[in-house]
Parts: sequence; C-alpha cells; structure tokens
Amino acid sequence: MQYMLMCCFKEDLWEALSDEKKAGIMKDYREVIQGLIKSGQLRGGSQLHPTSSATTVRMTNGKAVFTDGPFAETKEQLGGYHLVECGNLDEAIAIASRIPTLPVGGAVEVRPVAMQES
Amino acid sequence: MTHDGMEQIRSKVDAIYRSDSRRVLATLIRLLGDFESAEEALHEAFTAAVEQWSRDGIPANPVAWLISAGRFKAIDGMRRRARFDASVAEMASHYDVETPASEEPEDESIDDDRLRLIFTCCHPALRAEAQMALTLREVCGLTTEEIGRAFLISTPTVAQRIVRAKAKIRDARIPYQVPSPSDLPERLDSVLRVVYLLFNEGYSASSGMAVTRHDLSGEAIRLGRLVIELLPDPEAIGLLALMLLQESRRAARTSPSGDLILLEHQDRSLWNRGHIAEGLALVRRALSSRRIGPYGLQAAIAAVHAEAPTPAATDWSQIVGLYDVLMRADPSPVVELNRAVAVAMRDGPGAGVNVIDSILARGELVEYHLAHSARAELCRRLGRMTEARASYERALALARQEPERRFIERRLNELSS
Repeated sequence: MQYMLMCCFKEDLWEALSDEKKAGIMKDYREVIQGLIKSGQLRGGSQLHPTSSATTVRMTNGKAVFTDGPFAETKEQLGGYHLVECGNLDEAIAIASRIPTLPVGGAVEVRPVAMQES
Repeated sequence: MTHDGMEQIRSKVDAIYRSDSRRVLATLIRLLGDFESAEEALHEAFTAAVEQWSRDGIPANPVAWLISAGRFKAIDGMRRRARFDASVAEMASHYDVETPASEEPEDESIDDDRLRLIFTCCHPALRAEAQMALTLREVCGLTTEEIGRAFLISTPTVAQRIVRAKAKIRDARIPYQVPSPSDLPERLDSVLRVVYLLFNEGYSASSGMAVTRHDLSGEAIRLGRLVIELLPDPEAIGLLALMLLQESRRAARTSPSGDLILLEHQDRSLWNRGHIAEGLALVRRALSSRRIGPYGLQAAIAAVHAEAPTPAATDWSQIVGLYDVLMRADPSPVVELNRAVAVAMRDGPGAGVNVIDSILARGELVEYHLAHSARAELCRRLGRMTEARASYERALALARQEPERRFIERRLNELSS
C-alpha cells in the first residue's frame, strides 16, 4: 500500500535559519531518503519550490482564473512530498516522524493513496 | 425441545452474549480483517447458536464454537456474493477454509485479540472522541444510543463518529495489533488516557443523567481490569488503583441535594472499603515495580488520603513529597496547584497562597476556577477577607458546573455573614 507524505513547514521559519543549520537539515533529509531508497520503500516524491512560485487555477463562470500563490493561505506551506510503500499506517507514521524539517515547525500529513483495483 | 427448554437455551445464549461477545468479536476482526464483516458474522453466529444448541446442547467451549461459526458464516456470505461477483471469489479463497468447525482456537490468542482490539480502537491517529466512542462500542459493547446518552450527544453523531473511525481504520490500514515493545509505552498512553477520560466523564460530571454516567466509571474500571489482566504494566495498574480509590469516595462526594462535599468534610464511613483495599494493594504492586509513572503517583497520593482516618491525621508531608515526584514525572500547572494545597496543609495557608500566586503571576491557570477558589479558601483561613471574596468572585465567574457554582455561592454568603 502506498502512502503520500505531504511535508508542510513554515517558510518564514525556514528562511530565518542560518545556512549552516539549513545544510545540516538537508543532509539529514538526504539520509532519510537514501534509507527509503535502500529499503525499497520510496516510490517517488520531490521537494517543491517555495509557495512564491505557486499559481492556483480556479474556475469562475466557466473560465479558468489564475491567482498568484498557493491553494490555501495557511501558516504551514507544502514544501515537498514523498510517496512510500508501507504495510500499514504505523509504518508510514514512523517514516513521517523522521522527516528532518519537523523540528523547525510544520507538519507531515500522511494519506493512503487510493489505488485502482485491477 | 420443549418451550421451557428453548427459553432456557435462549437465556444461556443471552448470558454468553453479555459476557463473551466482545472476545468473539475481537477474534473475528482478526480473522476477517474488517470490523463490519466481523460484526455481521458475530450476530449470525449467535443466531445460529440458539438454533443449534437447542438441538445439540451447549458445546464444551461456547466461545470457540461461536468464533468458528462466525467465520464460516462470513465465508459463506462471501461465496454467496461471489456468485454475483466473480472478483470476490478470490477474497473468499483468501481465508483458510480448511479448518474444521470443531477446531478450538487457543484461549491465549483470544486474549491477545481483545488487547489488539483495545489498541486499535485507541490508536493515536484517531481523534480522542472517536477513540472513546469506538472503545465503548467495540470493546465494551455499549449501543450507539447508550453512548449518546452518556455524552449528551445525539445518536446520529455517535454513529457518524464510529462509522468514520472504522472507515479510517480500513482505508488508512491502522494495524490490528498490539504495538511492538519499543512503541508500547507511547501507545499504551493513549489507551490509558481513553480509559481515564471515560472514568472522569462518569465521575466528575454532575450534570446530565447521573445513572448512565455512573455506568461509564464502571465501564472504565472494567476496562482497566481487562488491560492489566492482558498487559500488567505498572502504569496500567496505577491507573486502575487511582480509579478505584477515587470511586471509593463516590457516595461521600455529594450531599443528598446534589451539593459537592470537599474531601476534608466527607463522611469517611461512606467510603467504599472494598474499593480502598483493592486500590491500596494495587498501589503497592505498582510501587514495587520501581517503574512508577504519573498514574501510579496520583494513585499513591489518593492512597495516603484513603489511609487517613480523619482529615487532620493525613500525612501531608508524604503527599507533598509525592507531588514533588509527580512534578518531575509529569509537570503541569494543575499538579502544581494541587501541590500548593498540600503545602498549605503542611506549612500553613500563607505558604500555599504564595505558591498559587506565583503560578497565577506566570499567567497560568488564570482562567481555571479551582485555582481561584483554592486561593480564596486559603485567604479566608488567613483572615484576608477582601482578597478571599475577590478570588471567590473570580472563581464564580469562571465555574461552569451547577453544583460547583452553588458551592462557591455558599462560600461567598458565608463570608458576608
């Protein structure tokens, strides 16, 4: 079963960190990802550019309308996502708890991926 | 079979339903991998039991019989549906159908299944209110209506919480298992929290339907017993002790008119000696493990109160000492407040007021009525009447439960006279 780990964090808090601190976190991040690749659990995922690069498309009166910025204005922004293969929710939660940006504030939403039954 | 014989079997089956249906359900969930099918199978198994036991007599191990019957009913049902939907046929073949109905599952695995059920219902990925509703429904076997009455919420709301929780267990694949030893402390925490919340709902709520709520405390104690029977963890033992010691005072806590009576004014002859004896023995057991935690410490404090023949004879130094340890194990402003009251009893009201004032000065508990009423009471004892009145008025403005409001109003009237 696949789970999507949506990593949300506070962009302003992240930006406020020293370069050294950021590099340390990114190093830890690479280790987590390498571990998931080795265990064969990683199915995909990527870091996203900051929300300043986001464009949101909505439909108004049958016409697509673009707005500058993310879908939801919240304190936490979606910074990246990982698709992992796990037997159950507890395994997915265990991986989510190791996401190194968690200590700098933020959250990881864990959602099972609905697979098309063949 | 005569009509009377049939009635006899029916009442036997009813009794087995009351005592054992949850054990059967717990195992069927493991075997069928799904709450819905397991519940359906459970009811079919009990229906089949009335019929077959009237004919053949009650089997030696009714629980094992019911599990086998439930499992076969479920597989039968899948096969029947499979005729209409070929894709389900594969699912039916998935379950091991070779086991004959006479084979008896080991009782040990049935007990493990009950523990699995408790941990699944109290999984931390479910909301607290969903954990509670699900535990009462699946582990305790309360009906949706009974749960709604107990929490003063509508039956559809309870039903929706339970349906949602079950859907999450299925869709997100919350595992049906006892956590591994490394995860156990954290996961046991949520089980114990649900049990204690349940207990408090039945113990401290003085509004609503008193009888149903009293039942909730009873259910919590029953669950507490079940948990330590299955998993004798010191904190679980401590929690059961704490609940029994608190429950022992139930009859003495309120006057016939429903007014609150503080610990120091309670008629101690009304305390339930059976509960106290059992609670004290459990506290000793928890303490001897040397892995005592917040529940065990609170139970130990309750035990010191329970052992005192009169309020004056209470060993306040020991209580302050236990609060000191509790402050290290599980610090919170509420624990600090309770400790302040114990300090006042040991060192005089002035010492207690100082501690409470320092908590309030930090901006903590300023909205908590008990902090102000405790301060008011200590000021009254010191003869600082203006301060006492101001604190009682603040407490009255914050108190929400009717008996508590009446209690504070009475105190204010006493100050004026």
